[in-house]
Parts: sequence; C-alpha cells; structure tokens
Amino acid sequence: MNAALPLAHAPVRPPLLAFEDLTLGYDRHPAVHHLSAEIPAGALVAVIGPNGAGKSTLLKGVAGELRPIGGTIRLGCDPHRDVAYMPQRGELDHSFPVSVFDMVAMGLWRELGAFGRLDGGRRRRVLAALAAVGLSGFESRPIGSLSGGQLQRARFARLILQDAPVILLDEPFAAIDVRTVEDLVAIILGWHAEGRTVLAVVHDFEQVRRHFPSCLLLARELVASGPTAEVLTEPLLHRARHLSEAFDDHAAACRRDDK
Amino acid sequence: MTELLLSPFADFGFMRRALAGCLALSLGATPVGVFLMLRRMSLMGDAMSHAILPGAALGYLAFGLSLGAMTVGGIVAGLVVVFAAGLVTRSSVLKEDASLAAFYLLSLAAGVMIVSLRGKNLDLLHVLFGSVLALDDGSLLLIAGIATVTLFGLALLFRPLVLECFDPAFLRAVSGWSPVAHYGFLVLVVLNLVAGFHALGTLMAVGIMILPAAAARLWARGLPALLLLAVLFAFGSGVAGLLVSYHADVPAGPAIVLMCGLVYFASLLAAPGGLLAGRLPLRRHLES
Repeated sequence: MNAALPLAHAPVRPPLLAFEDLTLGYDRHPAVHHLSAEIPAGALVAVIGPNGAGKSTLLKGVAGELRPIGGTIRLGCDPHRDVAYMPQRGELDHSFPVSVFDMVAMGLWRELGAFGRLDGGRRRRVLAALAAVGLSGFESRPIGSLSGGQLQRARFARLILQDAPVILLDEPFAAIDVRTVEDLVAIILGWHAEGRTVLAVVHDFEQVRRHFPSCLLLARELVASGPTAEVLTEPLLHRARHLSEAFDDHAAACRRDDK
Repeated sequence: MTELLLSPFADFGFMRRALAGCLALSLGATPVGVFLMLRRMSLMGDAMSHAILPGAALGYLAFGLSLGAMTVGGIVAGLVVVFAAGLVTRSSVLKEDASLAAFYLLSLAAGVMIVSLRGKNLDLLHVLFGSVLALDDGSLLLIAGIATVTLFGLALLFRPLVLECFDPAFLRAVSGWSPVAHYGFLVLVVLNLVAGFHALGTLMAVGIMILPAAAARLWARGLPALLLLAVLFAFGSGVAGLLVSYHADVPAGPAIVLMCGLVYFASLLAAPGGLLAGRLPLRRHLES
C-alpha cells in the first residue's frame, strides 16, 4: 500500500523508533525517566503502566509536542509527515458548527493543505473511512450531536485518512462501550496487518493479552518491554505498582547522568 | 412607504455613502465577528477596540483630525497589542484572554497618559462614536478597501482558521498553518475595528461584528449559512438604523447597533437555538 513501509519478509528490521536514555517531564520533574527501548517498524505495542507512569508523556514526546529534557528519541521517519497522534482528550470544540464529514475529511490535510480541492475521489475516501468506522449516514450531522463513542469513531476515521506509517493512540478505549472497542480494535489490527507501527496506551490487560503482540511497561522508568506474554507477568506488574508509589514531589536533582 | 424607505437614500448623497459604508462593514467586519464568536473571543473585540483608541488618539494629537494618521495610529497600536498578546499566549502558560487583557489595558493606560501629558482637551467624540453620516471619499475608500482585504484574507485562511477554531491541536500536529491562521485572523480583527471606528466609533464598532453573529448562530447549524445570515442581519440592521436615524433625527451609529440588538432579541425569542425553543410543545420525534 505504501512503498515506504518495510516489507514483511525483511530479515532484520532496523528499529523504527528508539529511545536512548530518554527523560521527558514538566518543570524539571521527570515523567519518563532514563528510558531506553527500541520499537521495530511494523510493531503493535501496548504502552501500559499505572496512572502517572508517563505513558501519555511518552506519546507526546514521540509526536514532537514535548521537548526531551534528557536523552533522545530517534525516529526513522519524518515526525511531522509520517506520525499521526490521537491525544487522549482532544481540544475539539464540540459546539463548533461543523459536520462529521468535514471533520473527518480534515484527515486528508497533508494531501489537501489549506487550498486543495476535495474532489470526487477524495470524497469517496472520506465516505469509505466513515463506513469503516460504522458512521455511514452520519455525514451531515453536526459533531456536537455525536455520542462519546461515535465521536471516537469519527476520530478513528480521521486517523484512517491520515494514512500515517506511525500511529500513536493515547487511551483510545477510555469511556467507550464493548462493541465500539471491538470495532476500533479491528481497525487497529488492520493497521498492524498493513505494516504500520502502532503505539497505544491501554489499561485493559485482557485487551492487551488478546490483541497486542508486544508491550512497553512503564512506571516512569522502563520496567520491561518485549513480547506481551513475557511482560504481563505478576512480578513485573507488581514492580511497576511499587515503583509508581515511590514518587517524591520534593526530589533532589537527578545525578544519574554524572556517572 | 417607498417614500419612507427609499427617498432618504435617493435624495441625499450622505445617506448613500452611509449605506455603502454599512454594506462594506457588513461584508468585512461581520464575518470576522462570526469567527470571533466561534473562538469564544466575543469580548476580545471589545478589548481590542480599547487597544486601538490610544493609537488613534495619538494620531489625532499629532496630526489633527487626519484620516491617515488616525488609521495608521490605530492599526499600529492594535497590531502591537495583538502580536505581543499572541506571543505570550503561544509560548507561556497564560491563556489568550489573560494575555490580551494585560496588553490592552497597558495600551489604554499609556494612551490616556500621553494624551493627558499634552494637556489638551481632545474632542475625541469622532473616535468614540464615529461619523457614519459624514463619511468622506477617503473614509469610504478605506472602509471598502479593508472589507475587500478581509474577504480575500478570510477566503485564503478559511480552512486553517476553521480548524484552528475547532481543533487547534490537530492543526498544529498536521501543519504549520496554526500561527498563520491565528495571527492572520487577529490582523483582520484589528483592520476591521479600525474600519468600524470611522463609521461607528471604537465603542460601537464591535456591535456590528458580534451582535449579528450571535443572532445568526441561534438560527444556523452550518458555517456557510451562519456567515451568510450574519452578513444579511448586519446589512439589514445598517439600513434600518440609517432610516431610523434619518426619520427620528437620532445619531446613526447607536441606531445601527440598536437595530442589531433588535435582531438579536427577536432571534433569541424565535430561533430554534433561542430561549423559547426549549419550552414549545414537543414535535413527534424521528425513528433514528
């Protein structure tokens, strides 16, 4: 589908995304602390960990919205063109008079720019994306009339149109019913099958076990990363919970870099 | 009836000029007002008009009642406030309203200080209340020129501006248009407030921006309909205000803004988004 994507039979995939001693944070307080990990191209990774473990912060860092306060994020593609990021709470103004069709069509922004014409072919792609998320027939409804689950479906339709090789999803299943989750998971698995790299913050371990081949377990520091069966084990989860309880608001400056 | 409605415009040149000014303002300032309202910055127009006043007053102080000096002064003062506030909003923790309030208050205070230092008792009535019935060629060309620039500017910025209004995080993620849309729009706001103060004065220029926009929002569900309806409301109020002013011998600026208010109140009562809609007997609901 996309020539830039790595082939499935490529022998050893170079890491598409590598965190090298990465520290991200706010006001000098680290939210992600000295993280080193690699994510191969085409991976479907669940980012898990307790609240406050730095999962959202990590995605923000990859999306380029947060400057690292230490270490680096290496990305094997263009961070602006090739990464689609869906934040947990968008700043979407629900009262704005815009239709579901128009909102979803903006997923084509990288093709259209500010002046490109939404021609017949592109319109059909928008309608196809709406159909893929089960929102056919909702084209002309104002976005304010959508339920929470429908709005999440619309955001997924927009992501489909963004057609990005790297997709970052921050809690895509928060406050959404079982059936919607199933539909959205099917879309994510479709992206995985197409060879896209997907990082998703997920809280439901059952979901993770069933659908996500690999995991990144965070508790500000990296607890474990790798195949889901090896990461989602009680000792590691216990360690993550324990680490997250030890946060100190009055911490001294970190000296780990001095070594 | 014809006599009542048409002859004032047919008989008097100044009425025709005022009508042309109102049309230009409706086409330029009102669409800008629609976006101000949708960005929840309705009161910001009012604040900005205060920021412009000192610039216009300084121009008046230095060059007398000169169209050019007051226009340039107003635009410069407005742009300084807009860009300083925009810079603070985009790169500090302060939200748009706080940074804008800070700068327009400073601009206003500095303006008043400078005026009082000169110790002149300025006749600023023109700046405060405008002179829609005394628009000369220069003012009319200025207002029409700003309306033209505004229409082209909005057409160019339309898509980024809509996205900047309803999903700014998404626009920032997919393109570099966000600051262009933000600052470009604020420049249009300043230009239209300056155009407005020549006709209606700084105090009332915001009226023809926000009142028709708010009234139209009560009726329209889509953005194109909203823009069109707001322009129609504004121009209709302009015509009605001029006629009231002519027949009842009252100042034209306030009459026009009061007509906008009348449309607003009528919409509040009658429109589907208004006060009464929630109290009407329910219509049979749809199947899905």
